[in-house]
Amino acid sequence: MKPFGYVAAPDPASAVAMVSERPGAVFLGGGTNLVDLMKLGVAAPDMLVDVTGMLPSRIERTVRRDGEVGGGSLLIGAGVRNSDLAADPLVRAEFPVLAQAVLAGASGQLRNMATVGGNLLQRTRCLYFQDVTKPCNKRVPGSGCPARAGEHRNLAILGGSPHCVATHPSDMAVALAALDAVVHVEGAAGPRAIPFSELYRLPGDEPDRETTLERGDLITAVEVPALGQAVRSAYRKVRDRASYAFGVASVAAALDVADGVVREARIALGAVAPLPWRARRAEQVLAGRPATAEWFARAADAELAAAAPLPDNAFKVTLVRNIVVRMLSALAGARAGDTA
Amino acid sequence: MMVCVTTKDQTSSELILRVNGAARRLRLDHRTTLLDALREHLGLTGTKKGCDHGQCGACTVLADGRRVNSCLLLAVTAQGAEITTIEGLASSGDELHPLQAAFVERDALQCGYCTPGQICSAAAMLGEAAAGWPSAASASLTGPVTLDAAEIRERMSGNLCRCGAYVNILAAILDVVS
Repeated sequence: MKPFGYVAAPDPASAVAMVSERPGAVFLGGGTNLVDLMKLGVAAPDMLVDVTGMLPSRIERTVRRDGEVGGGSLLIGAGVRNSDLAADPLVRAEFPVLAQAVLAGASGQLRNMATVGGNLLQRTRCLYFQDVTKPCNKRVPGSGCPARAGEHRNLAILGGSPHCVATHPSDMAVALAALDAVVHVEGAAGPRAIPFSELYRLPGDEPDRETTLERGDLITAVEVPALGQAVRSAYRKVRDRASYAFGVASVAAALDVADGVVREARIALGAVAPLPWRARRAEQVLAGRPATAEWFARAADAELAAAAPLPDNAFKVTLVRNIVVRMLSALAGARAGDTA
Repeated sequence: MMVCVTTKDQTSSELILRVNGAARRLRLDHRTTLLDALREHLGLTGTKKGCDHGQCGACTVLADGRRVNSCLLLAVTAQGAEITTIEGLASSGDELHPLQAAFVERDALQCGYCTPGQICSAAAMLGEAAAGWPSAASASLTGPVTLDAAEIRERMSGNLCRCGAYVNILAAILDVVS
């Protein structure tokens, strides 16, 4: 590991300035991914700017325009630790999909360390990306991608490119995609808000560019709009062992059903694409349709028509379809507060 | 928590770690993890290095009572936290922590290498459950937590045991729960 300087940033503006001005500087959150990547030689910063001491670490309701508190969106500080997010009473009661997604990831120890902001910006666990002895277009642009002809069982079936089929590893981000979250960012030009759907980039021919953030941009909070009273939400993750493993495929969904008809469905897929994959085609198919397993399957099929699996991950197409049908069926029949 | 005493280009820092109730002053290269600080600089070798990548849990210690992987926590970021290791878990010198006693009673180990991490993890896990934190194994996100076998397996999944002593580890923790 290369020696590096360390600064505990006193406030977001100075953190942004330090990373903007110094090419080798990076933000340090919980460190659960970054420190590991430094040990692996994948990341080699010369300066860590620790933002955990000053980033907002509270979860609070935003105040509505009329000044009333309550019923508004939830503002989650980027410094909130994953375990505190999943344990938060408001999150558990009103956004089960988010609590379940966080609890489906990592271990108790790692959730205690990992921050919300860091979770969103963690890197793929593609084996080639993490192994500096192998080519990887994401790590070394233009060096090639051994995954398509090599180990790709757990890589993308949607949104990949000839240059990269890595998957985004976060569970939390899949829930936030389904919830239409907004990411608050402090940048060199001041603060701005980015819709979740505009945070990540597909790899195309630049897989090293994973987000729309600029150097020095610091995520300060994530805002989650309120779900309607009638909306049921849940997260379901399939993995190779029952706990403490990255997903093979996962689904986050929020479903609003009235009189057996889907008023609105929001669906996001995890571990199958380079980014948390919002399944808009499936959502469009379901709008106004009967909340039945048959229609849930049609919706999944419409989304998965765009799938381009590789030989060893073609099973994910069927797997995703089955998870979507099963969990939407459970949500359609679920009472409020139940888990799917 | 303003503890930074470095200039931007220094690659080591003078820092104070609070471990098992005692303040220890150290000068450490920033690359030093809390795990290496404990083992190599403070002589506290109870905490074990297994994978060194946050995958096995052998290095689990408590930071302000919360379980963390000390292999992924840079020591320079652990200033200001009260660190508890297996050496400091019991309240007094001669008495075992109830989990330590239960692990002995249930023979909840073979080689013992993962044991300090298992016990520190379990100690904090009991606190999380007592605080009502749900897990992926919980039937309800909002209901009371009942630490049955399935809950304990899920909550302890961050601690691997390559000897496969899980059956007795589970029994030992259940003993302390009841």
